[in-house]
Amino acid sequence: MAETERVSLDDVRRVAELGNLELTADEESRMRRDLNAILDYVAQLEELDTAQVEPMAQVSEVLGTRGEIASEGDRELREDAVRPCLDHDVVMASAPETDGVFFKVPKVIER
Amino acid sequence: MSAETMNAGTMTAGSIEGIRSAIAKGETTATAVTEIYQARIAGDDPRIHAFLSVDRDFALAQAARIDALAAKGEPLPKLAGVPFGIKDVLTVEGFAATAGSKILEGYRPPYTATAVKKLADAGAIFLGKLNCDEFAMGSSNENSAYGPVHNPHDLERVPGGSSGGSAAAVAAGMAVATLGTDTGGSIRQPASFCGVVGVLPTYGRVSRYGLIAFASSLDRIGPFAATVRDAATVLGVIAGHDVMDATSSTLPVPDYTADLERGVKGMKLGVPAEYFAEGLDEEVRAAVEGGIEKLRAGGAEIRQISLPHTRYAIPTYYVIATAEASSNLARFDGVRYGLRAPQSDTLAAMYRKTRDLGFGAEVKRRILLGTYVLSHGYYEAYYRKAQQVRRLLTEDFLKAFGEVDAIVTPTAPTPAFKIGEKSDDPVAMYLADIYTVTASLAGICGVSVPCGKSRAGLPIGMQILGRHFDETTIFRVGQAVERL
Repeated sequence: MAETERVSLDDVRRVAELGNLELTADEESRMRRDLNAILDYVAQLEELDTAQVEPMAQVSEVLGTRGEIASEGDRELREDAVRPCLDHDVVMASAPETDGVFFKVPKVIER
Repeated sequence: MSAETMNAGTMTAGSIEGIRSAIAKGETTATAVTEIYQARIAGDDPRIHAFLSVDRDFALAQAARIDALAAKGEPLPKLAGVPFGIKDVLTVEGFAATAGSKILEGYRPPYTATAVKKLADAGAIFLGKLNCDEFAMGSSNENSAYGPVHNPHDLERVPGGSSGGSAAAVAAGMAVATLGTDTGGSIRQPASFCGVVGVLPTYGRVSRYGLIAFASSLDRIGPFAATVRDAATVLGVIAGHDVMDATSSTLPVPDYTADLERGVKGMKLGVPAEYFAEGLDEEVRAAVEGGIEKLRAGGAEIRQISLPHTRYAIPTYYVIATAEASSNLARFDGVRYGLRAPQSDTLAAMYRKTRDLGFGAEVKRRILLGTYVLSHGYYEAYYRKAQQVRRLLTEDFLKAFGEVDAIVTPTAPTPAFKIGEKSDDPVAMYLADIYTVTASLAGICGVSVPCGKSRAGLPIGMQILGRHFDETTIFRVGQAVERL
């Protein structure tokens, strides 16, 4: 397969930053290799003319077009009312660092 | 472990109704049944590694409650005394939930998944949590941060993935039924590799509340069991609407076992040419074609059909699934639960260090890919394009179901491969899902049923795909295949 190099090392670093991932130099070069291999494979989608095709995000979109299940796609939303939820103390107990009320994190603003 | 002992394990595994009625009649107790399965786990699982955690006392306490009911002569619930395990991407209040990842080490969720709660309410006995690929990302179970699962039919081979532990536990007779999850084939493909029944319910049939999300428009929870009847029984228990999952369907849940024995006479079954093309192992082809001939002999009308966009399914799937995963996995940041990397000066550094420490290579690869296909300048070319092709793939099925009642195919292109064989080549690994991702994208239901073995003794599965919410039909076909 021709090395068209869809993804450069800079691209890997850019998406790693967007995804909040820290990669070693070894990982960066391996991910570049793998992403290029996967995207070369994905490129076959370009063969299809989809200009007139609506994107499908959810299965309910097609169920809505089918007779007996037509109500599924657009059924009524639940009542907007307060319901019981998990207890605050129980949830905070899972936190790596907390003062009991809030989650504690390192400094947010970098100087 | 020898093949003989494995077969003996499967042979002596009880059926759901067998266990329930034996307890009701006083021939055995839920405690005795639970202890048998716990002993099997203690004896066999060190070699298979299907379980990540077990809780002996919790299971015995559940069993004691069933025995108390039986002693009073009260009616027993549907799954009374049935030992089951659940894939460790589903939550059980107070029990460690790892999702096969280091990033959730030590996390004990404060709530129980709806599907698990329904099993417990039906009297099933919870044995423990089952090993899986990290965040359900994988086709071999080699991506678990806690080590791979070994296939009970050949310990040097993978059990399939990502629900490898769920399939292997049933195959080895260490649980009567288990829950897995399927995003691109993660129930059906391991069922095929391990020689058990695995069900992909229609999207929306089973609530996803309590499932640690991978790709929300694709993720589904479904059962594994040794027989179609047991799998259908478990689905009947876990299916149904749940206010905690807005995508769960309000359609009534039928009795999936009522029509099981009706056979396939007069049924129209489609055989798609694209699923028998290049890349299909000859022994798998022979086994599945043999199964189809027997369905014909049972009175089904076999029709050649075409699902023309099939070859675009894997690229479509890996764009959509990774895009959704990159968004879903953003929540693992060291703030609210699980792992936090020590000694970071800033919040941003803490996020990055935690995720570097906590995520394995495949998860990082998919987050990067998903982030890339959603990023500025690539969204239209990759993500929107994949969503358009998803509709074409779905329309292929809707059209086919205008002329056939169900579709039969191989579940996987090969029997179980060796541990390590594909672990360095992501594209080769992704192709293990080539026959399963289509149904995932379309939201239709499917089941993998054993339909023979290779010369080396490895199980081969047949996949039966059905219309949205028509599980009844695929179970009928599956039952006929089981009877062959």
